[in-house]
Amino acid sequence: MRDPNFLQTLWFVLIGVLWVGYFVLEGFDFGVGILLRVIGHSNAEKRTVIHTIGPVWDGNEVWLLTAGGATFAAFPGWYASLFSGFYLALFLILLALIIRGVSFEFWGKDDSPRWRATWEWTATIGSFMAALLWGVGWANIVHGVAMNAQHNVTAQIWDLLHPYALLGGLLTLALFTAHGAIFLALRTRGELVDRARALARLLAPVSTVLLGGFLVWTAFDQPAGGVKAVPQVIAALALICSLGALLTLNRKQEGRAFAFSAATIALLFVSLFAELFPAALPSTTNHAFTLTLAAASSSHYTQVVMTVVAVIFVPIVLLYTGWTYWVFRHRLGVEDFEGTPTPIAVLASKLGGGPDAGGEPPTTTPV
Amino acid sequence: MNTLDWARTQFGITTLFHFIFVPMSIGLAGWVALCQTLYHRTGRDVYLRMTKFWARFFLISMAIGVVTGIVQEFQFGMNWSLYSRYVGDIFGAPLAMEGLMAFFLESTFIGLWIFGWGRLSPRVHLACAWMVAFGTALSAYFILAANSWMQHPVGYTLNTATGHAQLKNIFSVLFNSTALLAFPHTIFGAYTTAGMLVLGISAWSLLRGRRDEVFGRSVKLILPLTLGVAIATGVFGDGQARLMDTQQPMKMAAAEALYNTTSGASMSLFAVAPFEHHPKALSTDVRLPHVLSLIATLSWNGTVKGINQVNAAEQKKYGPGDYTPIIGVTYWSFRLMAGAGVLLIIFPLLGMLLARRPGRLERTRWFHRAAIVGIFVPILANWSGWIFTEMGRQPWVVYGLLKTGDANSPNVSMASVIISLAGYILVYGILVVVGARLFVREARRGPEEPGPPAPPPAPGAPSRPDLVLAY
Repeated sequence: MRDPNFLQTLWFVLIGVLWVGYFVLEGFDFGVGILLRVIGHSNAEKRTVIHTIGPVWDGNEVWLLTAGGATFAAFPGWYASLFSGFYLALFLILLALIIRGVSFEFWGKDDSPRWRATWEWTATIGSFMAALLWGVGWANIVHGVAMNAQHNVTAQIWDLLHPYALLGGLLTLALFTAHGAIFLALRTRGELVDRARALARLLAPVSTVLLGGFLVWTAFDQPAGGVKAVPQVIAALALICSLGALLTLNRKQEGRAFAFSAATIALLFVSLFAELFPAALPSTTNHAFTLTLAAASSSHYTQVVMTVVAVIFVPIVLLYTGWTYWVFRHRLGVEDFEGTPTPIAVLASKLGGGPDAGGEPPTTTPV
Repeated sequence: MNTLDWARTQFGITTLFHFIFVPMSIGLAGWVALCQTLYHRTGRDVYLRMTKFWARFFLISMAIGVVTGIVQEFQFGMNWSLYSRYVGDIFGAPLAMEGLMAFFLESTFIGLWIFGWGRLSPRVHLACAWMVAFGTALSAYFILAANSWMQHPVGYTLNTATGHAQLKNIFSVLFNSTALLAFPHTIFGAYTTAGMLVLGISAWSLLRGRRDEVFGRSVKLILPLTLGVAIATGVFGDGQARLMDTQQPMKMAAAEALYNTTSGASMSLFAVAPFEHHPKALSTDVRLPHVLSLIATLSWNGTVKGINQVNAAEQKKYGPGDYTPIIGVTYWSFRLMAGAGVLLIIFPLLGMLLARRPGRLERTRWFHRAAIVGIFVPILANWSGWIFTEMGRQPWVVYGLLKTGDANSPNVSMASVIISLAGYILVYGILVVVGARLFVREARRGPEEPGPPAPPPAPGAPSRPDLVLAY
């Protein structure tokens, strides 16, 4: 196996950073989407819940798009094998991301209960499917798939649903849901915090157990049989952070719990990337058919160009992304959305429903 | 139909769906930022109400444009893995730059803009609106630079070991002459699309008897702007046609269904021909003498290359084969695009002429009715433009380098392509229907009433952001 050179290694690390950023950030907004109907009971509560991620979910998703673009530019062979190989699985993920993305925007556009319920369910189902399928997908990438000498994946979609991959799926589902619950406990006020906290304390132990099981399985799931040291150390750290999240949750320290939860997700994916290195996609058909980073790589010139672009723009992106999180750092409560009704709303309710009066009393949902 | 045909169908359909809303959101981003700037400058309530009213349409189109764009980022790898391997060294770079420079910008600042109203200072908030408008345009630049490389590959060498194209000069790719013309053509087309939408919705509201200042002001502002950007679209399109004559002579010949090289070539306005791959001749052909030569070469008797001659030249260069696209498609898509483009110049011009006498435009009901239909004209123009430029390049996916038939994923079965295509059509179809209904709903709801200024917050009370646009 040809070892990747410095720039190839750097780009593998950078793409890893993009995926880690994606899962840490979109992880909590998947969780918020999954828990939308569980934690939010009234419309005002649901609105509060959606508002916690409203300003940031779109930006969070760009981490994925950029990871995709960076993979295309730095490792075209990886991009080609991966996305054609996981065709139907990726199709399902894309559908899930589409329906959840529009549901946040559409939800508040109409007051009818049916309309709201529809977009709540699409948010929940879309977030659920994506959270589950990303785990299934990445477990398969690390485990390897049936692939021929031309690096074309020959596995069918049902070949991807083996127990190890399903465990990976359950793990990301549990991790992201717990991450979302902790995020909500951190970003809301009043009753919402209590509900989010209770859910987080229920979900965190589940994800810790799943994490332990998955990491042990990963350690011994090697075609060569040997155990790599570095990924295991990182995996152990992930498990420690997961326990840290449990402990701090019990002490009602949501800020710390969120940091631990983010670190758990980050370290899990770092350990998976470390496990994968220096391969891009292992072949289970024949070890010799494994797609290496060196083989999948673009030219030295392209990687130099992309490195210059990344060195300039990544800090800028981090700066304004950080600023957004700072602007929207305040806790949100139902009272933010109940407020004094607008004069038109009062008039409409007195007249027994204007053209736009829905089923909701105007006091709970100002337009 | 084989797997390749289905994969092409999928790319075409998903891209056309994506491109209903994308030009709207690019154009509306600029329009909304402009309205907000006018409010910021003048302090007049009507501009604030305009900003908030038009922002609703902008946000709906943006949401649909963003989610359908996710598929665009991945489907090169999914359906076109051989293409991705062949061009990845070059094509991936602008895509990655688009993500890093443009997508992050627009998505972050749109969140700040929607949710930051009343929380950020007015000046910073206005800057956010312009950042979004800038981000959407920047994103268009990168993706058009990538597409232009497929039309006119530059700045590359062929790697003899891998057989793939390899990047030699990034600046040649980013400043490809094709991209330098395709970008203004597309972006002004997007502004025209938004302009016609603003005009159409205003006209619809005025027809319904809603005498709101928001619509009167919007019409007054948007008419000259739309005229300007529609003319600019045409001017750059004309430049593209001349560039195409040297870079892709087959596409130019196929656009005109000009079979044999002609000097002082006339231009066909309308023709009926058997709709087949390579019809022998056109019947019922209405032609303008010398106009084609004039457009393509800027000279009365200039020589325009014909399909047969270009085909023979390409056979000599690239080996035996048929290098003609489907003539019926190129001929008609080009005419639809150009015809719609002419209408889009005439229509706002007419509106401005009517507006010269006070009160006349407001009374001219047919103009308002036509403006509602006018919403769909730029969509038709955008679609036929893309169909023309992509199908006119066939059989190539990268002109002169890689054929479409050698570009799709060999390991993706026809069933997978059909299943996913059905899924996309279903979901995108729902999105378009819901998006259109929301447009109608928001138009019917109309702008906010001009209310009394909000009372100053009680001392000590936390400042509450304005959530009028937030979900």
